Amino acid sequence: MIRINCPFCGERDHSEFGYGGDASIQYPALDAPAKDWIEAVFQRENIAGVQQETWQHTSGCRMWIVVERNTITHEIHSVKPAHPGTKTLLANAGDHQ
Amino acid sequence: MSGHRIKNGGRIDRSKPINFTWDGMPRSGYEGDSVASALMASGDMVFGRSFKYHRPRGIMSAGVEESGAIISIGEGDRKDVNVKMTTQELYQGLVATGQNAWPSVRFDLGAINNSMSRFLVAGFYYKTFMGLPPFEWGKGTWLWMQYEKIIRKAAGMGESSREADPDHYEHAHGFCDVLVVGSGPAGLAAAQTAARAGLNVWLVEQDAEHGGSLLAESSDTERTAALSELSDLGVTIMNRTTVFGLYDYGVAGLLERVTDHLSSADPRLPRQRFWTLRAKHTILACGSLERHFAFGNNDCPGVMTTQATRTYLNRYGVLAGEQIVLATNNDSSYSTACELARAGASVTLLDARNQINKKVAQKLSAANVDYRAGHTVVKANSGAEGVSSVLIGKANGSEWTATDQLPCDLVALSGGWSPLVNLISHRGVKPVWDPSTACFMPVDSSEPLTMAGSAAGIWNHDDCIKSGHSAASMAAKSLGKETTSVVMPATGGWNSPIKPLYEVTVPGKQFKGFVDPQHDVTCEDIRLAHREGFVSVEHLKRYTTLGMATDQGKVGNIIGIALMAEALGCEIPAVGTTTFRPPYTPISIGALSGQSVGAHFRPLRRTPMHNWNLVNGATMTEAGLWQRPWYFARGVETISSAYIREATTARKSVALCDVTSLGKIAIQGPDATEFLNRIYTNPFAKLPIGKARYGIMLRDDGFVMDDGTTWRLGESDYFMTTTTAHAAKVMVWLEELLQTRWHDLKVHVTTVSEQWAGVAVAGPKSRDTLLECVEDPGVMENAVFPFMGVIETTLKGGIPCRIARISFSGEMAYEVYVASDFSPGLMDLLWPIVQSKDGCLYGTEALGALRIEKGHVTGAELDGRVTIEDAGLGKMASPNKSFIGSALRNRPDMQRHDRPRLVGIKPVDHNFTFHAGAILCSEDKVEGLGEGWITGVTHSPELGHWIGLGYISGGHEAWYRKRAIATDPVRKGNVEVEIISPHMIDPSGSRMYG
Ligand SMILES: [Zn+2]
Repeated sequence: MIRINCPFCGERDHSEFGYGGDASIQYPALDAPAKDWIEAVFQRENIAGVQQETWQHTSGCRMWIVVERNTITHEIHSVKPAHPGTKTLLANAGDHQ
Repeated sequence: MSGHRIKNGGRIDRSKPINFTWDGMPRSGYEGDSVASALMASGDMVFGRSFKYHRPRGIMSAGVEESGAIISIGEGDRKDVNVKMTTQELYQGLVATGQNAWPSVRFDLGAINNSMSRFLVAGFYYKTFMGLPPFEWGKGTWLWMQYEKIIRKAAGMGESSREADPDHYEHAHGFCDVLVVGSGPAGLAAAQTAARAGLNVWLVEQDAEHGGSLLAESSDTERTAALSELSDLGVTIMNRTTVFGLYDYGVAGLLERVTDHLSSADPRLPRQRFWTLRAKHTILACGSLERHFAFGNNDCPGVMTTQATRTYLNRYGVLAGEQIVLATNNDSSYSTACELARAGASVTLLDARNQINKKVAQKLSAANVDYRAGHTVVKANSGAEGVSSVLIGKANGSEWTATDQLPCDLVALSGGWSPLVNLISHRGVKPVWDPSTACFMPVDSSEPLTMAGSAAGIWNHDDCIKSGHSAASMAAKSLGKETTSVVMPATGGWNSPIKPLYEVTVPGKQFKGFVDPQHDVTCEDIRLAHREGFVSVEHLKRYTTLGMATDQGKVGNIIGIALMAEALGCEIPAVGTTTFRPPYTPISIGALSGQSVGAHFRPLRRTPMHNWNLVNGATMTEAGLWQRPWYFARGVETISSAYIREATTARKSVALCDVTSLGKIAIQGPDATEFLNRIYTNPFAKLPIGKARYGIMLRDDGFVMDDGTTWRLGESDYFMTTTTAHAAKVMVWLEELLQTRWHDLKVHVTTVSEQWAGVAVAGPKSRDTLLECVEDPGVMENAVFPFMGVIETTLKGGIPCRIARISFSGEMAYEVYVASDFSPGLMDLLWPIVQSKDGCLYGTEALGALRIEKGHVTGAELDGRVTIEDAGLGKMASPNKSFIGSALRNRPDMQRHDRPRLVGIKPVDHNFTFHAGAILCSEDKVEGLGEGWITGVTHSPELGHWIGLGYISGGHEAWYRKRAIATDPVRKGNVEVEIISPHMIDPSGSRMYG
């Protein structure tokens, strides 16, 4: 029963979120050769330990976030927005409070 | 055993008698009784039959670990099976029945298994009936499956009701600072310290009454004083609530039994409540269980734990026997022996240890307890119903020498105590064997989780209280509260050390001693498992079924592990222990599902035209979460005649269909065009404003994800529709791409599915219909509004709308969208005009018929396993641009020409039909996975016979002049079919362009 601290909404139950996948994957350009895409889409690590993963706050703000989670203990070390542009939005929102 | 009620004492209310029945016989008890205590007081002895040998079973405990007295409660649709008699509270009119016996638990024909028990050893059924030679050599398990049905009947538990559960259940959530599990001395102390520190505390007790072991004491002052303080401090005090599991992030699963103890409950109350409780700190003061040990016939009715006899005496006012032999190996039994003797029983105490402390001996003598050191029970002899005498023995090294017989009607045992490490094990903590106390001890958890009291292996009452204070002060400190620290007392606490005793053996004698009395696992079964090589504790468990009964090893696990260690010649830690998993005690399926049953199983979605459709004769069907019109029957029409008429009308005149359930997404921003160009396989870069385009989306791996149309409303403003089935998935996908991959794109996606309602206007008279609806008829001209055109205009009555000329039916057709609240008004405007043109309303059944005739794909065809070529849409994949999936869709296997391709299917004999889901095989090889499958079937009004869509290897060109067989062995049998192009009518599309 993981709880995730959404950068936009605050701490929420994981049932509000949808799991994405491995956040460390750099997807190749659309015109990259098939072998790059095979590497990105199929050759996945099965990490026992801390991994970067994407989640979406589907039943909340709909934002995608990057969660640093220990796959063994479910401990979450950090949460940040997936889109770098939203960081400045958050910072500005902080200024207004 | 002849248990009887004593005159005074106990926590029962003798002024409130309760009548109930046991196997149809009238019985009575008092308020405060359990079914076990009431029946024991009535002198009943046999309450169950064991799993395999059908040996008689009596009461063995006074709690959740009960392994003998397991019965069914209630009747009809409220029958609850495998209920432990020891935990079921008595209520007026309760109906209790025995189980796993015929005709009754007292005289059971299945007991013949007992005389065959030499053969029914561990693994017997599998060894004998699986791959039975010589019939089944090399042939698998067909015969086993036949035998299994009979075996299951003989070796079973209660037979549950086959009727629907009439009760309702509730899910609830709670939050607290400190959860205290168990309300014995340690739990009460922990709750006091935590609450005094100002923390929000929940004290949760599985029993009806709080107090744990204090309930078995003769004095009640400590308990009541503590509870009244807790109540004043605002502690949430719960009873009849089991913490059945511990989960991540301090979550505890609780099951609250709200009405199981009532004869007639307020129907508004749930039967049970399933709590998800989030605690910042959890203190496990859940106690320990007294163990038995194995000796000859130790499963005989009239053998129970010492603590149970004490509970029956002091809590229920029942003396469990008159002539009691109490056999122990530790200090915890002395006071019970004295209390039983004072209550009028003749008590002989056998201590397996060679010495009894002088002070203790004096006390025993004073209470008239006969005692013998260095002795124990070797074998129980059963009389008509239960134990009648015991053979006792003298210690002889690690074995025993039989000495004499003692007549008795009750054997009370104490083989030591096992801390309840079940809950902490749920958190991945492995308990460690402690030889000095002869039990598995919990070790520290890295989580905010503390053990206290006898659950932490602390036996002494005062130390238990201290450990409760200590655990709570640690919790309070970690939560930032000021408290006085209390040092956690050491484990153990008996004056003389325990003498480990798991099985009593006499050289040269063979006794039938039971390790797991519920599943009939004997000491010999453990040794057999060892001889056959099942030495790992996990294999031992599965081979012998030790610990797999409803008590989940609470009673027998440690004896089994100890015997395996002995057989292996190693120590207990080397054997290890099995992992405890939730639930601690069984939970009903009803409580797990909570309110999510029937209509509340999942959310319901209705379109804003729902009522309009119903008023106008719709029969509804489910499409995912949506309710959609299925067909609009007129007069005596059946579904078949209705949809055939509706589809025919759409082809001849005009027809209306609610298409609101399609997903609708607004895509806006300066890079919207580039975004669409990347996600769709076909080019979108040059889609003019005022035009729509059909598009296909692939996944990264190159398979088709979804299809739909996207309308360009402005320079940077698009309106996308998706299939009903994939609406949510597509939205998530677009957001994922924009937020996690393509940070450079300035695009906004917004779901507008709820904002817009849509209706399809299909048929040759559709334009004429809309001409009468729009304020400015000029917008409908073929030249300004051609096929795939989009307009934003106003309908009569001032309704703003969007119209696209797109067709799923293959006819000239439009989709008209208005803001949701306008949709009933839209239908009121359209419907009279449609009627004046002999048009009709149509539902999903006719929609399916129309699209199958045209070979248009939908969710059934786009099932996630097909490529764009498989679906016959290869031309939609642009060779001139890159898009999502373009790299991986070109992998060689995905481009093979013999892949299953979309085809049309028709029966060779036009009078025949077939079903969706049938397998397509070649004529000469009707077997296995075949060559393809059928995805959709309809009667075609236009063609006058049945047709289908499906996939078959190589597509229709490969099957030219070749017959295929639609095989459907379970339903229809085989039908000869012809494989044709999926575009079964108007392949050139002339009607749409019209
Ligand atoms: Zn959020």
